[in-house]
Amino acid sequence: MSGNPIISFENITKRFGKTTAVDNVSLTINEGEFFSLLGPSGCGKTTLLRMLAGFEMPTEGRILIDGQDVSLTPPNHRPVNMVFQSYAVFPHMTVLDNVAYGLKMDGVAAAERRDRAEEALKLVQLAGYGPRKPDQLSGGQRQRVALARALVKKPRVLLLDEPLSALDAKLRDQMRSELTSLQQKVGITFIMVTHDQDEALAMASRCAVMNRGLLQQVATPSDLYEFPNSRFVADFIGSVNMFEGTLDVDEPDHAIINTAEAGPVYLDHGVTGGTGTTVWAAVRPEKIEMHKRTETPPKVDDAPEGYNVIAGVVKHMVYLGSETNYEVEIAGGKLIKVVRPNLTRWDQEDFELGEQVWVSFHACSPAVLLS
Amino acid sequence: MTEAIARPRKLPPAPLEYLRRWPIRLSVGAVLVFLYAPLITLMIFSFNDSKANVVWRGFTLKYYIKALHNDSLIQAFSNSMVIAFFSTVLSLILGAMAAIVLWRFRFPGKTVFDGALAIPIVVPEICMGVGMLVFFAKVLPWPQEMPWPLNLGNIIIAHVSFSFPFVAVVVRARLASFNREMEEAAKDLGASEFRALMDVVIPHIQPSLIAGALLAFTLSLDDFVITFFTAGPDTITFPVKVYSMVRFSVTPEVNAASTILIVVTVLLTFLALKFQGSQALTAGHGADDK
Amino acid sequence: MEQSWRQAKSIFMTLISAPLFWLVAFFIIPMGIVWLYSFGENSGLIDIAFTGTWSNYAHAFDPLYLGIFAKSIGVAVVTTFFCLVLGFPVAMAITFAPDKAKSWLLLLIMLPFWTNLLVRTYALIAVLRTNGYVNMTYQFLWERTSGLMTLLGMQPLGDFHPAILLYNNFAVVFGLVFVNLPFMVLPLYSTLDRMDRSLLEASLDLGAGHIRTVWNVMVPLAGPGIVSGILITFIPSLGAYLTPDLLGGPDSQMIANVIESQFKRANNWPFGAALSFILVYMTFIGVALQGVIESRNKRRQA
Repeated sequence: MSGNPIISFENITKRFGKTTAVDNVSLTINEGEFFSLLGPSGCGKTTLLRMLAGFEMPTEGRILIDGQDVSLTPPNHRPVNMVFQSYAVFPHMTVLDNVAYGLKMDGVAAAERRDRAEEALKLVQLAGYGPRKPDQLSGGQRQRVALARALVKKPRVLLLDEPLSALDAKLRDQMRSELTSLQQKVGITFIMVTHDQDEALAMASRCAVMNRGLLQQVATPSDLYEFPNSRFVADFIGSVNMFEGTLDVDEPDHAIINTAEAGPVYLDHGVTGGTGTTVWAAVRPEKIEMHKRTETPPKVDDAPEGYNVIAGVVKHMVYLGSETNYEVEIAGGKLIKVVRPNLTRWDQEDFELGEQVWVSFHACSPAVLLS
Repeated sequence: MTEAIARPRKLPPAPLEYLRRWPIRLSVGAVLVFLYAPLITLMIFSFNDSKANVVWRGFTLKYYIKALHNDSLIQAFSNSMVIAFFSTVLSLILGAMAAIVLWRFRFPGKTVFDGALAIPIVVPEICMGVGMLVFFAKVLPWPQEMPWPLNLGNIIIAHVSFSFPFVAVVVRARLASFNREMEEAAKDLGASEFRALMDVVIPHIQPSLIAGALLAFTLSLDDFVITFFTAGPDTITFPVKVYSMVRFSVTPEVNAASTILIVVTVLLTFLALKFQGSQALTAGHGADDK
Repeated sequence: MEQSWRQAKSIFMTLISAPLFWLVAFFIIPMGIVWLYSFGENSGLIDIAFTGTWSNYAHAFDPLYLGIFAKSIGVAVVTTFFCLVLGFPVAMAITFAPDKAKSWLLLLIMLPFWTNLLVRTYALIAVLRTNGYVNMTYQFLWERTSGLMTLLGMQPLGDFHPAILLYNNFAVVFGLVFVNLPFMVLPLYSTLDRMDRSLLEASLDLGAGHIRTVWNVMVPLAGPGIVSGILITFIPSLGAYLTPDLLGGPDSQMIANVIESQFKRANNWPFGAALSFILVYMTFIGVALQGVIESRNKRRQA
């Protein structure tokens, strides 16, 4: 997903007194992307966003928009507009006046302001709501006003601070698809901050995962999910089973990790890491298969016998309709998470609580993490 | 066909419904009587046709007419009004500025400034009165021959000094509920610092500005002690004039003058509350939010 | 999030200049001069020399003035006490009233506060004087009871002597309570309103009666409000001028009256200044005390 870089963070650090909120982050965002800053609360994503908007100044580093250094430019002079978490719709102005406010600041004539504001309202499906006052609108409607207000100025970048967190579940789903289609329609670069990884994966074309001020990984959603670069990312995105072990064999076409909990793990590819180092094999729950307990363990297709198979006991079961989630206890007490889709309507191989099982995974399933 | 209209049964008071219990009702009632009876009888007796004004003798408006023809009383009243007007305008401006500065900025000496602003509110009026007396006697003697209304300037200055901290408290209380993101949104949309202040912050505090103005007006109109100490022998305000009348005698004329004062103040109070809502009742009271 | 003043220097300067100037010029400086005077002496008829003397403060400790201070403190304490006792049930009533009644009640209680102090004090004269309303009612009841007793064949009551309710300390306390009661109700209400009701319900649930619930649970929890209310009532009562002047007798003088006479009749400004500042110091001590109690409470809750 290459394109023109429009935003560039170069070695950005932000300190508040003794706390470092953002630690040497370098990041490029391309034009037309729907980009997401993702991470747990306190990771620095909002601070990074606010530095881009101009409400904080970086302690070190530069921020470039279209190649221009805007690190010290005040917010009212940046080609960037923000939709705030609380929407911040001005309560004493009508919806139309709210949307037209930015244009008024630019010195646009009244008639043109009105027209463009009406257009923007149409874009967010609030046509005709112009004369209303914000206290007559629902939360979702106020958010659209905030969106229209920001978009009417045709900024180079639109920033969204936790846009879906204040909405109820149904509205959230609706806004999710609306925001993505809006972005495609308008073509502006959107940068969204969220702590909800489902949101980020669903909406963004690329995500940056942050933790404690540090940039962990920048990748597409699928790359983040399938090829996390660290235990933190693997654990933060979705759920995962993590096995710690030593890298014993490292060939171009296969590798073997000896883990204490899962026994020897066979991979169908080489790993860039020194033999003898400690690594982690991460396997997603949906990639683990469950088998009824037999004398001999089942053999995995793409691995030699005895690899990638573990004996266990079903400890927990949660039936979710389309799938069933299991927790299988293996030797040593570790609980392995397994997700089994309910493939047929008739009872497939049904498992019960307390039943003894084999769990296995293919050699292509684990992701190897070096940190 | 008989219609049994079920009368909703009167339930006994719930455990915490104190207002419905008779001991509380009794004490609240007693307090209200205690607070209002003297004032109401004063107002009633301003219509009493009796010089000694002890027993009710008949309804008359003659003391109101007398009061309204009392030149010095009229002069005093208009003095009070003018002083209150100017004091209010200045207090409002100074109070709002102080409130915004304290809410918005970090600066060296902020705690000192904040504390200094609280002093006029807490300290007994007589101390301020003394201060003003000394100031206008020794530092800034106010020339007596100034034309009206400039000759009231020293009283206006004194009133502003003790009023504007109250206004600041009222405005600050309202500022505390301001969503900072509004201001950031305005700036994000292109407004300068000044514009953001005018377009977003000021509209938000508007109700408190009105309440503050009315508070300042009432404080000025009612003030006795500080005015008494500051005013020269020739300039008289309404409460001071009424004071001298009271010292002389208790006549219905004094009642009439007092009733006029009550009515004006109460009207203004109602207006103030309409504008600030119930917030005013807890925010207008200066010293308790330390 | 506050900004540092440097980030918007011009706006900061514009905003702070006027209030700061006014505060300094028309409050700090006058008070400062009075403070200096308190260490000065009269020299000649008009002038005052700053001699750095403590004699004025020493003079304040003369038995005569000490007595007046003691009396003023006593009056203020009694006033505060009555305000507390009368105001607490009222605050309770308002807190637990249904919403509509709440705002009306608050309004009713606060309205007298906004009427002129002079008028309120003056109104009490007509109530408390020898042929005032209280005495008239008293006389009415006396004579009726006397008549009734004669009718029943008993000895009638003696001659009616009106109660001396005016121009004495009783009147001053009465007047001060009358004037300051609304001041007490507001902070009490404010604190009670924020209180967690379920605590009271828990107390009742565990078997405590209402009086014990109020005494053991409500009052301690309303602590900060009570302290605020006491401060707001005590300080103005201590420094009251008008009420003792209009309602008090020759021996009901309070500090403020003495201060006034020093500046007007006795022309002893340095002494008056010293007395004024003793009041100011006492105010500061009161405020500091309140601050200490508040922070100790906060620490205990943390």
